[in-house]
Amino acid sequence: MPTLFSPPESMSQTVTHYCPGCTHGVIHRLVGEALDELGLAARAVGIAPVGCSVLIYNYFNVDFQEAPHGRAPALATGAKRARPDLIVFTYQGDGDLASIGTNEILHAANRGEKITTIFVNNAIYGMTGGQMAPTTLPGQVTTTSPAGRDPSRAGFPMRVCELLSTLRTPAYVVRTAVHTPQLMVQTKHAIRRAFELQAQARCFTFVEVLSTCPTNWGMTPTKSLEWLQQHMVPYYPIGVFKDPDLEETQLGLVPTPRKAQVL
Amino acid sequence: MPSVVVNRDRCKGCELCTYHCPMKILGMSQEINIKGYFFAEVRDPPRCIGCMLCAISCPDLAITVHGNSVQYRTFDYFGSQPNRSGR
Amino acid sequence: MKKLMKGNEAIGEAAIKAGCRNFFAYPITPQNEVAEYLSRRMPEIGGNFVQAESELGASNMVFGATACGELAFTTSSSPGISLMSEALSYIAGAQLPAVVVNIVRGGPGLGGILPAQSDYFQAVKGGGHGDYRLLVLAPATIQEAVDLTMLAFQLAWKYRAPVMLMGDGMIGQMMEPVEFGEPPVLEGIGERDRWATTGAKGRKRNIVRSLFLDPEVLERNNHELAAKYARWHEEEVRFTTVNCDGPIRLLTVAYGTMARICQTAIEDLKQEGIEVGLLRPITLYPFPAAPIRELAARVGRVLTVEMSMGQMVEDVQLAAGSGIKVEFFGRTGGIVPSPDEVAAAMRAQATRTN
Repeated sequence: MPTLFSPPESMSQTVTHYCPGCTHGVIHRLVGEALDELGLAARAVGIAPVGCSVLIYNYFNVDFQEAPHGRAPALATGAKRARPDLIVFTYQGDGDLASIGTNEILHAANRGEKITTIFVNNAIYGMTGGQMAPTTLPGQVTTTSPAGRDPSRAGFPMRVCELLSTLRTPAYVVRTAVHTPQLMVQTKHAIRRAFELQAQARCFTFVEVLSTCPTNWGMTPTKSLEWLQQHMVPYYPIGVFKDPDLEETQLGLVPTPRKAQVL
Repeated sequence: MPSVVVNRDRCKGCELCTYHCPMKILGMSQEINIKGYFFAEVRDPPRCIGCMLCAISCPDLAITVHGNSVQYRTFDYFGSQPNRSGR
Repeated sequence: MKKLMKGNEAIGEAAIKAGCRNFFAYPITPQNEVAEYLSRRMPEIGGNFVQAESELGASNMVFGATACGELAFTTSSSPGISLMSEALSYIAGAQLPAVVVNIVRGGPGLGGILPAQSDYFQAVKGGGHGDYRLLVLAPATIQEAVDLTMLAFQLAWKYRAPVMLMGDGMIGQMMEPVEFGEPPVLEGIGERDRWATTGAKGRKRNIVRSLFLDPEVLERNNHELAAKYARWHEEEVRFTTVNCDGPIRLLTVAYGTMARICQTAIEDLKQEGIEVGLLRPITLYPFPAAPIRELAARVGRVLTVEMSMGQMVEDVQLAAGSGIKVEFFGRTGGIVPSPDEVAAAMRAQATRTN
């Protein structure tokens, strides 16, 4: 019987170190599938962050560089400028990108570097054991906001897509998620579109993916999906914030999947 | 008839596949795998519609799906031409 | 054919002559002219110039480009180099052939914008975290800055390690006639596909990283780095001497612009019949300890002269050994001591009776 679904070739068979139910694994696979389908794996260079996904390079068969915390967009800039033929992408968490690396991502986007960034937002620091992140929600309990994030002292969580969408330089900026099958498919389309735009050297491409952290949220993986839907989606609206093809007025449309083709 | 194969020792028992399966035919085993997790298993294979949502939602590449005639698919997962948003 | 050029611009052109096509930088006095020059020159030759958002950005862009197996460098000055020290540690740990130029200004803190040599410790002791060192080259003239810039790329690629060219503000701002020699042969560039991220087409994928969670592997990496530094001490020590052949009453040790001023002072004292010798380290790391020990033992009196509160003096003392007290003279804050001042300090040491 033919195989309908199997792991992408651009990924290695190594079992990941991620906690059970952590949707980093899903996002990794969507990136791998996009690289396979667009035939980009042979010239892809990933830039790993510091955080849970620092070990991403163990799970792919593509070249990777490991960046200092928050600096991935700068490494990507150097790589892409020196070798524009390579498909350069950074894969970063919210601590890496929205905290120590804010300046790097803002300026890479503003310069319009022809790179792709996959930004995984799980509203917490995972690798270091559950501290408050710039994306931690008001009232959300973490190891450094034991009484819940207090906006009067820690400010409100940062909406990175909205931040980047104020930049005048053309870009593809989209927020999506992977806690429902439909959104997983939409995330895949968004990642594919990002890599395609890079392959066409069109513009800076940025895909924020809301993701779960069962261990540090203190919930089961399935409960985490529901918590994300109830708490994160309202604060982080899903949609396209910038798209080089759309005039600015039509922003906010979600990349909906195409009609089904029966095999 | 499509068939879902769970790689018993890759599974971390996160239950995301059982949660997303529209036919609710996936459940957790009674025995534990090499890592000590209860792994996912297909409880009622004939009712599988080959939608692949279990494989798509698995974070650990633990599920492969086989099948020749699939009765039901509403989305284009491996689409060659991704959707131009807005058009 | 010699051309009159400002030090900063000559350094930029030397990098191009060495084959470098990628420059990432951030403005900071007294080395702004490198970026200004290369922002014109790089496009002319199909090279890449990016003005980064900060020195953090610039130094990490150098990481990204060199990790792809391409020649890349950055230039900055003291406060900027402090920001770059994180990247330099990662570059050393990941074993990347990067070149960084420090045109030193007065410190600490915002300090000043005039020439100084107060970044010696930062440069020769690595500057960032972990057991690593930078190979540090210190030019005394604009021509030497050109030659050492080209050498820096050669050594970076020979050892797959970060190399620093350290000039004080004078080296960056002075204009002197220079000529550009043949571009250096870059050993090691041929097998970059074995480690660089050039796209895993038809080969196993490469990872450029410095994280080794397994302590055995991290220790092995440290030993690999240490082996390079041992080779530097054997093969890459560079220095020159002035007036050290005959009998001299004092050995002075100074580098960069300071050494040139010492040379003038030595000539003045020679008229007074006082013979003073100079040893000028060109590589600050690996430090020329052996020749200093030898000369110090013969002469018995040593004076270190720096544009700082005294940093290299410690390494000179280490080299001279416990039998000799190494004296120090220096000015800081961006003040460049005059030949007379230096001659006075030398005369005092050369003629003292105790």
